[in-house]
Amino acid sequence: MTLIATESLTKTYGGGVTALADLTVAVEPGIIGLVGANGAGKSTLIKILLGLLAPTSGRARVLGLDPTTDSAQVRARVGYMPEHDALPPDLSAAELVTHLGRVSGLPRTVARERASEALRHVGLYEERYRPVGGYSTGMKQRVKLAQALVHDPDLLLLDEPTNGLDPAGRDAMLALVHRIGTEFGISVLVCSHLLGEVERICDTLVAIDGGRLLRADHISAMTSATDVLAVEVSEGTEELAARLTVLDLPVRRDGRLLLVELVDDATYDLILGAVAELDLPLHRLDQRRHRVAELFATREPSHA
Amino acid sequence: MPEPTGVIHDIGYQRYTGPRLGRRAIFGALYLHGLRTAFGLGRSAKAKIFPWLVVGIVTLVAAAAAAVRSQIGEVVMTYAQFADNMSWLVIFFVAVVAPELVSRDLRSGVLPLYFSRPLPRSDYPLAKLLALATALWLLLGGPQLVMFLGAAFTSGAGMRGVWNELLDLLPGLLYAGLWAAVFASVGLLVASSTGKRAFAAGGVVAVFLMTTPIVGVLSIMPSRAVNELAFLASPSTLVGGVGEWALGDLLGPQAPVPIGGFGPVYAVAAVLLVAGCVALLLLRYRKVAAR
Repeated sequence: MTLIATESLTKTYGGGVTALADLTVAVEPGIIGLVGANGAGKSTLIKILLGLLAPTSGRARVLGLDPTTDSAQVRARVGYMPEHDALPPDLSAAELVTHLGRVSGLPRTVARERASEALRHVGLYEERYRPVGGYSTGMKQRVKLAQALVHDPDLLLLDEPTNGLDPAGRDAMLALVHRIGTEFGISVLVCSHLLGEVERICDTLVAIDGGRLLRADHISAMTSATDVLAVEVSEGTEELAARLTVLDLPVRRDGRLLLVELVDDATYDLILGAVAELDLPLHRLDQRRHRVAELFATREPSHA
Repeated sequence: MPEPTGVIHDIGYQRYTGPRLGRRAIFGALYLHGLRTAFGLGRSAKAKIFPWLVVGIVTLVAAAAAAVRSQIGEVVMTYAQFADNMSWLVIFFVAVVAPELVSRDLRSGVLPLYFSRPLPRSDYPLAKLLALATALWLLLGGPQLVMFLGAAFTSGAGMRGVWNELLDLLPGLLYAGLWAAVFASVGLLVASSTGKRAFAAGGVVAVFLMTTPIVGVLSIMPSRAVNELAFLASPSTLVGGVGEWALGDLLGPQAPVPIGGFGPVYAVAAVLLVAGCVALLLLRYRKVAAR
């Protein structure tokens, strides 16, 4: 089943601002990272997927439904965590999440049970009876996540869930999102302008820029092709490079390092064999996972 | 060492397979939440002070009127007059409660959490409007019930007396409904224009009170038709005009608002005012939801 699919999706706001331009993308269930700079069109895309905005042209499908015509059905099965402050300060988290659960169509007692469950899953226990106004930013983000989870959606749309959090809070939030996507069996679309964050937890990455699709693929497809081994020897770098080239291993120089493309485990043996044969002092040999950011960095000049 | 008697198991995340209710139940949940908010229920003690102060005053007035009538036999005010006499309190109640219902949500940014849920976007303002109208109707109708109970069971005329009182009470309750509809729709529209509660409250009071001088000026103009149409200019006198036309002497022997033969004009104006306010309110929330 396709989780989210868009076809030539275009959104132009009044005043000629183009937020999305001819966006065609399809993703499978799982954890999807939607990355792009501020103003790239992430929030606009989310609002179209929720049926809050109508696209100027093109089509979108969420969980097999069209959000423009079946918006109520889509919204019953989707949970949304907005980017900005969204909590009334004088209500307690338990009351707010219960109320919003009822607005999602849960019967009264079920809403109360699921609200405390959802708050427990995001890590709020006794605090949930206190007014939200006194919460820390991290706790508020957790309440926002709990209200998106209360009605047991099939898809969560999270708009910048790590916004305003300190590094420890970011890690905790990302771990939570990862758990929701893997253990809870709920697909998650995480929006972020920080690629380094989402690539740690998602299976699929969609990158947009200026409302256009840069790239959409499985994270494994993006990284596996570029895994390299970095070899450093204290002396004899030239000899080793020559030797490896003879062994049919393409070598690139990067300062004192030799970068060898990792084909399979045999590559390690070949390199170690070559180093031993030449009797060189090996300084280090480690796998270098190419950060996805580098993929986009190399693409960007052609785009601009 | 005793064996542990209870162990807490983390049973993990549970999927929900039970029923999901439809639009009516969701509307009902929003409506009830709004009605509770209007009286400060489920809110801090501070939020309860004002609504219950007003409820206390109107109930006290009604109880006093009922007591005077049963002891001395003098009718201090009729059921329909009760709403007219309480108009100031109603205005202040709207000025406090309408911002509480809508401005707070605008300010805290909670609306995206509502509009990303399976309710049509018009349902949110309509549920709030209905909640405010119900609160106002209860505020004006509840005390009338107190007066009715006081009068019906001290009249000494048996069942016939109860029946006569009931026939007087029903128009009074309908008239209270008119007050509720007009004041709720105007008040909620004004309050929905801003997220600042103080501004919203000020705006509501301004709309209801600042229009009274206009009525005053128009009613001393040297034209009889203008004088008789003057009461259209302010919501409270507009409601009074409709009451004058529809209820006649139930509002007392002396007409509080002399409208001449323009009664139907007042009725149409009241309907148009409510319809216009509701339309603008829906338009307002179409814009808010798309943000």
